[in-house]
Amino acid sequence: MSKHTLSVLVENQPGVLARVASLFSRRGFNIDSLAVGPTEYSTISRMTIVVNVEDLPLEQVTKQLNKLVNVIKIVELEPSSTVQRELLLVKVRADAATRGQVLETIQLFRAKVVDVATEAVTVEITGNSEKLDAFLKVMEPFGIRELVQSGMVAISRGGRSITDRSLRPVSQPA
Amino acid sequence: MSEQVTGAQSLIRALEHAGVDTVFGIPGGAILPAYDPLFDSEQIRHILVRHEQGAGHAAQGYAATTGKVGVCMATSGPGATNLVTPLADAHMDSVPIVAITGQVPSGAIGSDAFQEADIRGITMPITKHSYLVTDPAEIPRTIAEAFHIASTGRPGPVLVDVAKDALQKMTTFEWPTQIALLGYRPVTRPHGKQVREAAKLILESSRPVLYVGGGVVRANAAKELRVLAEMTGIPVVTTLMARGAFPDSHRQHLGMPGMHGSVAAVSALQRSDLIISLGARFDDRVTGRLDSFAPYAKVIHADIDPAEISKNRVADVPIVGDARETIADLVVALKAEHDNGRRGDYSGWLQVTRSWCDRYPLGYDEPEDGSLAPQYVIKRIGEIAGTDAIYTAGVGQHQMWATHFIPYEQPGHWVNSGGLGTMGFAVPAAMGAKQGNPDTTVWAIDGDGCFQMTNQELATCAVEGIPIKVAVINNSALGMVRQWQTLFYDSRYSSTDLHHARTQERIPNFAKLAEAMGCVGLQCEKPDDVDAVIEKAMSINDRPVVVDFLVNRDAMVWPMVAAGTSNDDIQIARDMAPDFEVDE
Repeated sequence: MSKHTLSVLVENQPGVLARVASLFSRRGFNIDSLAVGPTEYSTISRMTIVVNVEDLPLEQVTKQLNKLVNVIKIVELEPSSTVQRELLLVKVRADAATRGQVLETIQLFRAKVVDVATEAVTVEITGNSEKLDAFLKVMEPFGIRELVQSGMVAISRGGRSITDRSLRPVSQPA
Repeated sequence: MSEQVTGAQSLIRALEHAGVDTVFGIPGGAILPAYDPLFDSEQIRHILVRHEQGAGHAAQGYAATTGKVGVCMATSGPGATNLVTPLADAHMDSVPIVAITGQVPSGAIGSDAFQEADIRGITMPITKHSYLVTDPAEIPRTIAEAFHIASTGRPGPVLVDVAKDALQKMTTFEWPTQIALLGYRPVTRPHGKQVREAAKLILESSRPVLYVGGGVVRANAAKELRVLAEMTGIPVVTTLMARGAFPDSHRQHLGMPGMHGSVAAVSALQRSDLIISLGARFDDRVTGRLDSFAPYAKVIHADIDPAEISKNRVADVPIVGDARETIADLVVALKAEHDNGRRGDYSGWLQVTRSWCDRYPLGYDEPEDGSLAPQYVIKRIGEIAGTDAIYTAGVGQHQMWATHFIPYEQPGHWVNSGGLGTMGFAVPAAMGAKQGNPDTTVWAIDGDGCFQMTNQELATCAVEGIPIKVAVINNSALGMVRQWQTLFYDSRYSSTDLHHARTQERIPNFAKLAEAMGCVGLQCEKPDDVDAVIEKAMSINDRPVVVDFLVNRDAMVWPMVAAGTSNDDIQIARDMAPDFEVDE
């Protein structure tokens, strides 16, 4: 098994997320991570889906996704030519004794403290999953009180856009 | 300013613009507004069915035999959920139907209102696409898109759920002149390079087989297929969904492959060095154990649905395109090769496969007790009604015998539930087929188990003047399940007897049941009476006819490849394998 990142352009309509999610579940594919959000076009949303599958099932996933009428385009993003980011918010125990150490580590990771309380700090950090894993590993000994993490979003490097050639509707006489 | 109409009027006008002449359905609260303008439509005939499942299968039968989109209509909640089975069936067998359902008023959606069911959500995995319309202005565009999606590319079912208030509100009607779907662009033109690659593989092969599936029927490609087959001399097998795509009487036709396929068809695929798959999908009922299916064969896989290609069996040459265009292009490519003196010679191979047909023809044993052989009944119906009649079937033994013993010479004359395997398909599908083809004889070959699931539509047929003919192949058992119990469960017949356990009385009496529903009911239990009763049924055209054929219970469907085993282990009768020694 290997991880693949799919960028899926879909019509911004009710029920589209349910269609995509139900397709993965019905065909027996696991979603590792999912992020949905708007794009530069108001009628189009973009999903970033990370799946853990072999190459042949991956081909099935993309072909089945392509069959959904609301799915406009699917691109697999190669990690080497892509910027990938996840967002993590985590509450780390930080009392008088450990606070200095905690803050120092946060700085090393170029993370940001977004809330401070007497016994804990809340940290915001973005990066790829390796970086976030490494950060959590270092934070663990201090005590992690709560954490929440977004799905991964990814965008290709360079000047071209994946929406460049996909927004031309093919008109059919009715 | 354009004329103001209700959403309901807009819906009926849209259906008229889409070319609809028949709607099968049942009204109810949420869809009621639509039935008012439907009452006035001069173009659309509404057939009031007795159960929504019947409406759905009727729409399928209509679509499969006319090539047009079938339409069914139901109200919200239970009306809509009763359409689930036909929608799933149409999805599996690529039948173009549009289902219109009423939904509770938009303000009540999500409140668990009376007769509310999220039918769009429920049918997401079993439709090609589905809509929920809450704005009446969206109705014409949605209907236009639904018919476009259902009938193009790989055909399939589309559901349009319309909230009751959208039907009641005022709107304007404008039929769209263009359909613009960003995410729907089916590829119908096959890629020229792939077609040439395929032609090359065909020339290099020595034991090719044309593996023909339902896509050839849906694409109306039987003529092109025949040209391809005859110019190359390659043997042909037609799947359960493709029966009739190639004439049964043709010398190159080896029959149906699969679990209950002919020895010749199954063995030809197993020994083939090239499978040319046209509109077929390597279904498990065809391949048996996938890892031992056609082990020596390279594969050319042509299908309009790219997701079918390399799904089950990896294709060496994939071709995405409409079956008719693909076959036509393949003919041109092969013709060019032939003109350059490159031509494959498969006559020896064809002869070998023919010898299997001769040695292992489809057959059956007459019951020793003199009772009626179900195969004989079906064979005689096929011979008497002929190849111009349309035959539908339910699911089970009678279905397999109906593919085996009725000759199919043209596409669209065999309608059955292949993928989903829906018992009860035959009667409503026959109703739809007859409605679409009023001048054609339509026989529903049904089992007694299947018949009891949907026979209420006989009342519809009687009332609406749709004179179908039904042959109930009555062995008073769930025959196919019973066959499996005989073979794999030590003849322990758990819950497969349909007759009275103590008195053996066959309940219900189907002839009486038919009479009660306004049909002619006949019964037959002796081989000598079979022809007369079929002739009698053929002579009645003002009412539906039901013939209850009381047949031998122990008849089994052969050949058979047991589930989960290899096609190499095909048996021609219990514990009897064909003997290929003579060939080697």
